[in-house]
Amino acid sequence: MKKAILVVLLISMFLIAGLGQASAETLELLTWKGYAPKVLVEKFEKETGITVKATFTNNEEMIAKLRATRGAGFDLAQPSQDRISSVQAKFKIYQPLDYSKITTSQIIPSMLDAVKKNTQVKGESHAVPFCWGTSGLIVNKKYAPEANDYSALFDKKYEGRVSYRLKRPTLIATAFSLGDDPFAKYGDVKAYKALMDQVQDTLVQGKPLVKNYWANGDALLQSMRSGEVYVAMAWDNGGWKLHRDNPEIDFVAPKSGALGWIDTFAIPAKAKNVEAAYKWINFMLRPENAAVFTNIEKCATASDGAIKLTDAAVRDNFERTFPKKDIDNINWYPPVPAKLESIEGKTMDKVKASK
Amino acid sequence: MKNHGRWYLFFFLTPILLWLFLMILLPHMDLLIMSFRAEDDFGEMVWSFANYLNFFEEPIYWATFARTALYSILVTVLTFIIALPVSFYITHVVAPKFSGFLMLLLLLPFWVSELVRVYGWMILLRESGVINHFLVQMGILDKPVEMLYNDATMILGLVYTSMLFMVVPLISVLESLDKSLIEAAYDLGANMWTILVRIIIPHSMPGIVSGSIVVFMLTLGNYLTPNLMGGKNSLWFTEQIYNQFIASFNWNQGSAFGFLLLILSSLIIWAGLKLTGQKLSKVVK
Repeated sequence: MKKAILVVLLISMFLIAGLGQASAETLELLTWKGYAPKVLVEKFEKETGITVKATFTNNEEMIAKLRATRGAGFDLAQPSQDRISSVQAKFKIYQPLDYSKITTSQIIPSMLDAVKKNTQVKGESHAVPFCWGTSGLIVNKKYAPEANDYSALFDKKYEGRVSYRLKRPTLIATAFSLGDDPFAKYGDVKAYKALMDQVQDTLVQGKPLVKNYWANGDALLQSMRSGEVYVAMAWDNGGWKLHRDNPEIDFVAPKSGALGWIDTFAIPAKAKNVEAAYKWINFMLRPENAAVFTNIEKCATASDGAIKLTDAAVRDNFERTFPKKDIDNINWYPPVPAKLESIEGKTMDKVKASK
Repeated sequence: MKNHGRWYLFFFLTPILLWLFLMILLPHMDLLIMSFRAEDDFGEMVWSFANYLNFFEEPIYWATFARTALYSILVTVLTFIIALPVSFYITHVVAPKFSGFLMLLLLLPFWVSELVRVYGWMILLRESGVINHFLVQMGILDKPVEMLYNDATMILGLVYTSMLFMVVPLISVLESLDKSLIEAAYDLGANMWTILVRIIIPHSMPGIVSGSIVVFMLTLGNYLTPNLMGGKNSLWFTEQIYNQFIASFNWNQGSAFGFLLLILSSLIIWAGLKLTGQKLSKVVK
C-alpha cells in the first residue's frame, strides 16, 4: 500500500513537472552581455510567466546568426541602430514593428523618432531604442594624465600600455583623430576607401605601441584594473565601473568627439513568440526597470524619466564625463550603407597581418 | 537469412548516412556553390572564380595561409619531439601499474574545455600573472615582463593543446615494441641515438604519421589559441575565414577560403606522406 502511494506520488510529481515545462513560454533573446540582468529576468518571469533565454553576442555575430537562419531562432534581437537598415535591405532578417503594441509614451520622443527614421526600409521602421552610450577613452590618470583624444592611442609615451578593439568603431575613431569626418564620406565609396587607407597606415604605425587588440570587455577591464593598460578605447560604462573601484581610472570623452551609439530592439523576421517580444520591450523600457538596468550596467536607457530613478552615483557619471559642450560634441553613428563593411574588413585584415 | 542481414545493415546505417548527408554533405554543397558566386559591378550575384582568385592576388591572404601552415608544421614537429620520450617512458620505463596513472594525468587537462585551458595559460603568463609574480619575488626579474601576445607563447599553447593527440597513437604503437630488440642492440654496441633512429622510430612510424596528421589538422584549424594567446600579431587563416563571414559579411569569400584551406591542407599532408615514403592505407590500419 505504501509502495503504491509512493508510486502515485512520484508519477504525479513527474506529471506536474512535465506540465510546468509544457506551459512555460520562452522568449529567445539575442542580445549583448549585461542587457538581460538576472533581477529583471526573474521579475519578468514572475509578471508574465515567460522564461527569458538570453544569448550574448555582438553586432556582427548577431547579423551573421540571423542571416544564417534568415531571421529564425530568436524572438528578439538588440542590434545597434546604425546596423539595421542596410542589413535589412539586403538580407531581410527583421520584421517591421507594430508601434501600436509598444508603450511609446515611456520612450524619449527624440530618440524614438531618430531610431524610427534610421531603421526605415521601404517606408517601414524596424526598431525602438533601448539604451545608449558612447565609445571613447578609458584612461588611468595616474600614468596618463594628458590623454584626452584618440591620438593618445598612437602616442609613443604609452608604448605597450595601449589597447583597443580591432573593430569598426576604432577605424571611425582613428579617422576622427586624423581630423577627418568619416560619417560625411559614408555616401562616397571611393573617398571612404581612401580615408580607410589613411586609417590603415595610422593603425599599422601604431601597432608596436599596442599591448593587444582586446576582444572581451571583461578581460580589458581586468587589464586596466591591474595597471597593465593605461589608455584604452572602450565603452563609457566600462570606464565608470572601474571608476567606482579606483577613482584614478575614468572614462574620458575624447576632444574629437565620443562616438554615440544606440542599441535597439528589433524583431527577427521569423520570430515565434512575437507577443512575448513586445512584452519584454515594454517591460524593459518601464522607467523603474530601466533604472535598475542603468544602476547595474551604468548605461543610460531611452526610457523617459528613468534617469531620475537611478542612483546618484550613476547620474554623477554622466555629469562628470559629459559637461554640456561634450554632449553636443558626440558623433552619433548614422546608418552604415552597404559596401563599407567589406572595405573595413580588408583594412582590419591588413592591420592585423602587418608586422 | 541473407535478406535479413541486409535489412539490419540498412537499419543501422541509415542514421549515419542521414547524418553524413544532412549535416555534412548538404551544408558543404551549399558552401561550395556559394564560393563560386560573387557580386559583379552592378551588385548582381553571378558565377565566378573571383573569390578564389582573390586569395592568390591579395598577398595578405596567401601570406597568412603560408604562415599558418608553416607554424602548424613547426607545432607538429615540436609536439612529436616532446611526445616521443613521454610515450616511451609510459610504455617501457615506468612500472606497468603506474602507466595507467600517468596516462590519466595526461588525459586530465582535456576534461576541461580548450577555452578554460587557454585562459589558464593566460593567467600564468600575463604581465600581472603568476609566473611574473614569482620571478619578481625571487629577484630574477626587476619588473614583470609581458609573456603573452607573441608567437612563442602561441606555439606553446598550440603544442600543449595537441600533446594528447600525439601521445595516444604513439603509446599504442610503442606498446608492441619488443624490449629484447633494444637489449640486443645494446649488446651489439649501439648507442642511444642509433637505437632511436633505427629501432624506435621505424617501429612507431604508423603512430607518428597518424598523430602528425591529427595534430597538423587540429593546429591548422584552431581558432581560439592563436587568437587569445597570440594577440595582435597572430593572424591565423581560420580567423581570416571568420572575418570574411562576420566582419565583412562576405560569405562567398569566406566559403572560398574554407575550401582553399581544405584543399591546401590536404595537399600538404599528401606531400608529407610522399616525402617520408608513407602510405595512408598503412597508417589507417
